Amino acid sequence: MNIVNFTPLSALSGGLLIGLSVALFFILNGRMIGISGIASNFIVSKENRIENFLFLIGLIAGPLIYNLISGNEINISISSSVILLIIAGILVGFGTRLSNGCTSGHGISGISRFSIRSIIATITFMLVGIITVFITGIV
Amino acid sequence: MNKIVSLICGIIFGIGLVISQMVNPEKVLGFLNIFRDWDPSLAFVMIGALVVSAPIFHLFKNKNKPLFSSNFSIPTNKEIDKKLIIGSVFFGAGWGLIGLCPGPAITSIALFNVSSAIFVVAMFFGFYIASKVK
Repeated sequence: MNIVNFTPLSALSGGLLIGLSVALFFILNGRMIGISGIASNFIVSKENRIENFLFLIGLIAGPLIYNLISGNEINISISSSVILLIIAGILVGFGTRLSNGCTSGHGISGISRFSIRSIIATITFMLVGIITVFITGIV
Repeated sequence: MNKIVSLICGIIFGIGLVISQMVNPEKVLGFLNIFRDWDPSLAFVMIGALVVSAPIFHLFKNKNKPLFSSNFSIPTNKEIDKKLIIGSVFFGAGWGLIGLCPGPAITSIALFNVSSAIFVVAMFFGFYIASKVK
């Protein structure tokens, strides 16, 4: 194993903002943030629909506001085929709803609550993610 | 007020995803690539988030009510069942294939990347199937 591209400071400061968002949402609105829950409830449930919609709009506005303030361009690159994108998207959408949480809902909100369920979910999806990357790196 | 809070929390969350580079699938795949060239950065995203959210949660969870809502809504399900494990396995596989999870995927809509847009549509389709199956 080699350590590469390590950016602990930007990771930590971004993480603090994510934690701040989760904390504020809990103190003010009384709910624990889980993005897969918010996004899927927006399409399948009438409850809190406007709040969920506005949260999603905020998520999308985040990079635009960051870009305006900092002037930094945000570049991402994805080189996967369309078929793989569709398969992965369905797996992520279906899987996070079946287990009721994703990286935010289980990984941050759930672990913040010291939920055993969320700790097990987080270990599971991290391990499977690591195995998947290991396998796709071979083939 | 609820609605303004939702919007502002979404914005803060989205900026956090950008600054931490969680929004960049290559960064996520680098984090999951522990057997080859490992980029441990994303562990620090989680640590950064948890040091804020965990103490605040435990300080406020026994208060009467949140500031702008009538009651706290905290998940009560404690069951470790097949759905939890199978769902997490599916999610982990999809996450490891592309490097996008729901938050960064939605945030990346702002970047007008065709690949991530295809992923987001498929993800919402996955949400919809799950809501029919559960």
